[in-house]
Amino acid sequence: MRRTPKQASNVGPEKEFRAGGFRDVMRRLIRHNKLAAFSAAVILLLILAAALAPVLTPYGETDMDLTCRLAAPSAKHLLGTDEGGRDILTRMLYGSRISLLTGVVPTLMSMALGAMLGMLAGFRGGKTDTVIMRTADVMLAFPSILLAMVIMYTMGDGLINVFLTLTLVNWAEVARIVRAETLRLKKSEYIEAARVAGVSRPRIILRHILPNCMPTLIVLFTLNVPTAIMTESSLSFLGLGIQPPFASWGRMVNTGRKYLFNAPWLCFAPGAAIMVCVLAFYFLGNGLRDTLDPHLQDR
Amino acid sequence: MLNSLLRRAGQACVVLLAVAMLLFVMLRIVPGNPVTTMMGEHADSATIERMTAEMGLDQPIYVQFWKYLTGALRGDFGTSYSLKKPVTQLMAAALGNTVKLAVFASLFAWIVGIGCGLLAALRKNSLPDRLFMGFSLLGVSMPVFITAMVLQYVFAFRLRWLPISGADHWASFVLPAVALGWNSAGNISRLVRSTLLDILEENYIDTARAKGRRPLGVLTRHALRNAMLPVITMMAIQFSGLLSGAVITETVFSINGIGQLTVQAITGRDIPLMQGTVLFSVTVVILGNLLADCLYSVLDPRIRKEA
Repeated sequence: MRRTPKQASNVGPEKEFRAGGFRDVMRRLIRHNKLAAFSAAVILLLILAAALAPVLTPYGETDMDLTCRLAAPSAKHLLGTDEGGRDILTRMLYGSRISLLTGVVPTLMSMALGAMLGMLAGFRGGKTDTVIMRTADVMLAFPSILLAMVIMYTMGDGLINVFLTLTLVNWAEVARIVRAETLRLKKSEYIEAARVAGVSRPRIILRHILPNCMPTLIVLFTLNVPTAIMTESSLSFLGLGIQPPFASWGRMVNTGRKYLFNAPWLCFAPGAAIMVCVLAFYFLGNGLRDTLDPHLQDR
Repeated sequence: MLNSLLRRAGQACVVLLAVAMLLFVMLRIVPGNPVTTMMGEHADSATIERMTAEMGLDQPIYVQFWKYLTGALRGDFGTSYSLKKPVTQLMAAALGNTVKLAVFASLFAWIVGIGCGLLAALRKNSLPDRLFMGFSLLGVSMPVFITAMVLQYVFAFRLRWLPISGADHWASFVLPAVALGWNSAGNISRLVRSTLLDILEENYIDTARAKGRRPLGVLTRHALRNAMLPVITMMAIQFSGLLSGAVITETVFSINGIGQLTVQAITGRDIPLMQGTVLFSVTVVILGNLLADCLYSVLDPRIRKEA
């Protein structure tokens, strides 16, 4: 999302928007918000760990060692073993793949859907607006975990269905925010100018509204990834989300619950991973919000 | 004002109806006949047909929905497939524990949230401020089941101060209430802090100080009264959230409440029970939002006059 200075100067004066290129944003982040920069590093590490899982651990994801079940953390098994004698750290490294995927993929999908519908509602107004926003109201009336449970029930288990569920749960909020943004942008002079110049509607949306919504969308993305990870882990915790043989962090906590009192590392190690991951995205999101999009602050 | 509130109430009813309809359709497009689930695989086809007709499942879906809706308005949510009892009766039995849990969790959230937010705002950027804000951040970012299990492990299993699970004694509600209310305490304390910091910059606070009013008086009579406005609305929304969102807390601490009933309904593929419990939660959330709207316009004279 590189932005030339010319494009940036297009933005109306009412918005204190000073975003430069990616490098510029990162530089500002490192200078002014050490916590956010550190969080970005943590996220990078998590992604690397997920990608390099087979290299980082001597054990396989499902390697069982029945002589060494529910073993406490030791030099051989840094975070102990589970009820089948599988190495927890290894399971967590592989689990981070699923957890990160369920954070990122459905968030991208719900952002795409929400942004499209939000821009359409804001730009077209009238009946389109009413239909889209009332649908969003209905979705937002559900407590998100209950909506996710009902959709999972309807569609059945499986990774793809988890993705779809999280998309359906999260698009409405994105649509609402993007619609508000579109309504604001619609009034600005350069959109007016484009309209007078005879630029077609789809082109205005894609070339003028979408790029100007980008900072908001990027911030929303970093803040929605942890929400998706939390919802997935809650679903898995209730036994509804990811099914074996896949292991997500939430799923590991779910299976570990039976041994909470004699082998607490089964729950607490993946639990801590969820927390670190969620916090890192949260801090990064807050930092990006302050740098990219000051007016989102009161959200 | 009354007009706008009535309009809001009307909108809320429409949303609720739409939710009921969506839920009804969603739970019925699931493949598989509920009668076979209920009677087991060994039932013969004649019995299944008879039962399907008896339960009205052979009728068109809009007829079924109309029947359900008129029944629901009279307080009849059908009969649970798995527990073989009226859904209304099951929910009424579970409601007490859920309400207790929500009340305790809200008390925790309000007291801790307002207290921490107040102290943090008064000592901005001090050590307590940072500690409280860190505490609230943990509450906002930790999944409820992790908080719940850590509390259960440390305070019930290791220290043996409180019961591990159940709902027999008031002490059993302490840990679940903290686990459930922490998130909300975090949200409230951040809101109190930021509103109070804004208000303390206002001119009328300087005026009050210049008049020679004591700091405590300035705080309670001038600053807090104005800061409470958004906080009270948030408290209303959060309370309904707690009442409807206890699914995970109730599961971890094995409390017989509406949340656990919902989980039971899903694992038992029990459509009427699921419909009833989810509809209950959605109604609570919608009512909470409506209440927040009302409170806002009643408490803020500017909005009261405007409308």
